[in-house]
Amino acid sequence: VALPGARARGWAAAAAARAAQRRRRAEGARGPPSPRAALYVHWPYCEKRCSYCNFNKYIPRGVEEAAVRSCLVTEAQTLLRLSGVRRVESVFFGGGTPSLASPSTVAAVLEAVDQAAHLPADSEVTLEANPTSAPSSRLAAFGAAGVNRLSIGLQSLDDTELQLLGRTHSSRDALQTLAEARRLFPGRVSVDLMLGLPAQQVGPWLRQLRTLLGCCDDHISLYQLTLERGTELFTQVQRGTLSAPDPELAAEMYQEGRALLRDAGFRQYEVSNFARNGALSTHNWTYWQCGQYLGVGPGAHGRFAPQGAGDHTREARIQTLEPDNWMKEVMLFGHGTRRRIPLSKLELLEEVLAMGLRTDVGITHQHWQQFEPQLSLWDVFGASQEVKALLVQGILLLDHRGLRCSWEGLAVLDSLLLTLLPRLQDAWQQRAPSLVQGE
Amino acid sequence: PGRALRPAFRAASRAGALTSPRVRRADAGSRAASRVTRRDPPDLNRGEREKIDMSRFSVENTRNFSIIAHVDHGKSTLADRLLELTGAIDKTKNNKQVLDKLQVERERGITVKAQTASLFYNCEGKQYLLNLIDTPGHVDFSYEVSRSLSACQGVLLVVDANEGIQAQTVANFFLAFEAQLSVIPVINKIDLKNADPERVEKQIEKVFDIPRNECIKISAKLGTNVERVLQAVIERIPPPKVHRKNSLKALVFDSTFDQYRGVIANVALFDGMVSKGDKIVSAHTKKTYEVNEVGVLNPNEQPTHKLYAGQVGYLIAGMKDVTEAQIGDTLYLHKQPVEPLPGFKSAKPMVFAGMYPIDQSEYNNLKSAVEKLTINDSSVTVHRDSSLALGAGWRLGFLGLLHMEVFNQRLEQEYNASVILTTPTVPYKAVLSSAKLIKEYREKEITIINPAQFPDKSKVTEYLEPVVLGTIITPDEYIGKVMMLCQARRAVQKNMMYIDQNRVMLKYLFPLNEIVVDFYDSLKSLSSGYASFDYEDAGYQTAELVKMDILLNGNIVEELVTIVHKDKAHSVGKVICERLKDSLPRQLFEIAIQAAIGSKIIARETVKAYRKNVLAKCYGGDITRKMKLLKRQAEGKKKLRKIGNIEVPKDAFIKVLRTQSDK
Repeated sequence: VALPGARARGWAAAAAARAAQRRRRAEGARGPPSPRAALYVHWPYCEKRCSYCNFNKYIPRGVEEAAVRSCLVTEAQTLLRLSGVRRVESVFFGGGTPSLASPSTVAAVLEAVDQAAHLPADSEVTLEANPTSAPSSRLAAFGAAGVNRLSIGLQSLDDTELQLLGRTHSSRDALQTLAEARRLFPGRVSVDLMLGLPAQQVGPWLRQLRTLLGCCDDHISLYQLTLERGTELFTQVQRGTLSAPDPELAAEMYQEGRALLRDAGFRQYEVSNFARNGALSTHNWTYWQCGQYLGVGPGAHGRFAPQGAGDHTREARIQTLEPDNWMKEVMLFGHGTRRRIPLSKLELLEEVLAMGLRTDVGITHQHWQQFEPQLSLWDVFGASQEVKALLVQGILLLDHRGLRCSWEGLAVLDSLLLTLLPRLQDAWQQRAPSLVQGE
Repeated sequence: PGRALRPAFRAASRAGALTSPRVRRADAGSRAASRVTRRDPPDLNRGEREKIDMSRFSVENTRNFSIIAHVDHGKSTLADRLLELTGAIDKTKNNKQVLDKLQVERERGITVKAQTASLFYNCEGKQYLLNLIDTPGHVDFSYEVSRSLSACQGVLLVVDANEGIQAQTVANFFLAFEAQLSVIPVINKIDLKNADPERVEKQIEKVFDIPRNECIKISAKLGTNVERVLQAVIERIPPPKVHRKNSLKALVFDSTFDQYRGVIANVALFDGMVSKGDKIVSAHTKKTYEVNEVGVLNPNEQPTHKLYAGQVGYLIAGMKDVTEAQIGDTLYLHKQPVEPLPGFKSAKPMVFAGMYPIDQSEYNNLKSAVEKLTINDSSVTVHRDSSLALGAGWRLGFLGLLHMEVFNQRLEQEYNASVILTTPTVPYKAVLSSAKLIKEYREKEITIINPAQFPDKSKVTEYLEPVVLGTIITPDEYIGKVMMLCQARRAVQKNMMYIDQNRVMLKYLFPLNEIVVDFYDSLKSLSSGYASFDYEDAGYQTAELVKMDILLNGNIVEELVTIVHKDKAHSVGKVICERLKDSLPRQLFEIAIQAAIGSKIIARETVKAYRKNVLAKCYGGDITRKMKLLKRQAEGKKKLRKIGNIEVPKDAFIKVLRTQSDK
């Protein structure tokens, strides 16, 4: 099956026709600032609690899937309407464990998205899949529903580690799922591998990575374990029943791992993400480029400028966390938005900076200019002694292309930001009076 | 044998300092409040008829005495019983340590402030006036003890029938012995299961050369034989040698401050008499005052018409500040000057520490709390100080370690103030050789309190450090360990003797700075709590002192400059470097932490650069939280002190500078 075009047969053709119609209408109308967005859909349920995960997830006794489906559809419709978004460029089903949802739910959401806006046939539609809940037939059904990219939560190829993480699958399950996924979605499969686990050693971990390189597709994410408050691992380490991961070893794994991937032809296009043959995740790229995105489902986050507000101020939005409450609100109001926080111009620029520097291209001058046409990157960072020290140290680059981290700098970005963010704030404040007058 | 040791001994014990504070804060408030009610505003209706006529008590029927003891040997309990027996306090009440008025005193079983009570006692048809002058029970207050003792003719030396003679017992005995007082040995706690009064009698005979039959065996707790103690006071302690007909000569042996009435001075009259309306002069300040009130302590203040030679009581004369009634000062009548009593000296701080509010916004509250505390304790010296890392604060001087701890605890408990207290230092001295410096300081020998003032070796003939003579009494099984500890502290052994079959008394000359931090804790832990320790001031000795700098990537950290003995420089430098290493957060570059003497590096630690410091996952749902975290960190970074380009959090300084009690 040729995947990008393989949207579910039943509605694909009709949808394409409708979308084309809308696009023509939209182009004829007065141009809204940015009618495009990515869309995130949160499936909040899991079979089992993983020991490291602090995401918004629930272990239900039974899910009334029809009700959840209907609410996801309704909320997607409402938010698309509020945002005035005309074109959805990517959809990401995350969780939770979205591979536990029925393919029909995924199909229903995609259909609603395409009806309310336009979902081009080549849009990236990713589903997070858990090896045990994704047998081959089910993966194929997701493909038929419109999913064209899989992100597999493989996490480790060591069964002891998988047990420590509270995963339900074995390394064999993981490799099998990976093989089937590649067969169904060639060139469109990503795997997650964790590093820096308690007691994990560099050598064995690198062997896992090498094994994975022998059978993986074109996308790998390497995630260092973060001990999050409220997780079982955190508690165990606090109590002393589990040794805390050694940050030195984790740093070494990270450096060795990214070097190994580079040699294998992978581009590290973000702190934790590696792709070859151009298989970058366009959905996630939108986050790091500070594009608009809608968040649908319990606890989902969004960033978009609602229509009709007049000033096109971008808002940070958070949906109600708890699934039952979220559903009640969606049924009552059409959406379960719990908080809307308007982002100031400076806050948006701070996000542009913090997110953009996570990528290998960093922040190009052109990219920055889209958000701030008057104050250039040179204006902000060019004269700072502290920034100069970072440039001299070779961990940060500021040149004709823009601002970005060096290979070494990317690993310590959070420290760099502690210098860069205050600098941006200062520059903004110094510039603010003339801007206010100008407006 | 005891007498042979005499010059060596002088002081009391360090014991109380170790009891860890176990107070609940709620308790602290109510106790503090009860202390305040003790000092009610003057009762204006207090009639003349209530006043006691002190002329009824002749000098022959007056006895002035103190109780001295090692910590927890029962001094305060015995005092309670004596007060009950003489009707000063009600027997039915649960009298526990009535004379220990301060909260910390009751908690720790130590007496910080001397308290006094006049007891009226009938014996064989005669009315006696027995003045019990309670003394501070700690070496830090040995000056106060010596002043209190100078108002006495005898002491009750209380020894625990189970524990026997301890370091403080020895020191106290020799204080009394030097003052030529009659010593009545009292063996207490004979009701205890393990009591061995016979053994203690033998110890007393051997160490103090007092015949066994002079010991009175009592149980203060049960009241057993306490009456015999009172009889012994009358029989064995002579009346004071004084003259009522001479003009007034009164010793100030303590003073307290009352917010309504000003300074209340505790006085002992050596000559003459004093009454309301008299004009008196302080021999020390030469200031003149008019007496508003005189009286006795029973144990609360009870006004009298007059006080006569040989008697002990209080006097209020419009003094506004405790520094106007310094301990050891002599008071005399206006225009009738007398030779001041010998032994007066101003309080001399021996331990210094920096004190800073944990939060600078608390500075003013802390300032007022410090002022309130020092108004009652003139022996604390206060100098404003400021540190780049810790902000504005003070450099406080204390008589000793316990004095410092008590002060800090009272700040916390009575004024609810939390402070950073830096590691205590001792006052070093330098004998200058540079003519220029001598001219600048206007003296040849200078005292160095702040390491920043430490003069370079090239301008100095010699450096001096304060030393103390320490007494350790320990079961002999711990001798080896004790000696090793003392050697490690640069101490020199002066004497060693068995005080009974298996107890040894050791005497060492210690550099004071070697015992100010954790010596007592180490001694207690290596002897399972059995060794006792006590010390007395022994002047200064030549010492090879050096100034040690701490450098971060080559930049000196001013806050951490330390004066240290040459032999200890390496170990002290190493500890500071290690503590810094543990508390300095990693940065984007490597940090070399070095301890240096001049240009010579003596210790080094390295904080490696961050290799990875970036959040692994940052997708749509993480951005808000991530930005919040970054901004909070960036905000915190602005407050950090920068040494060169290294950012040092306040916590790192605190961890290095603060007294380490867990060591």
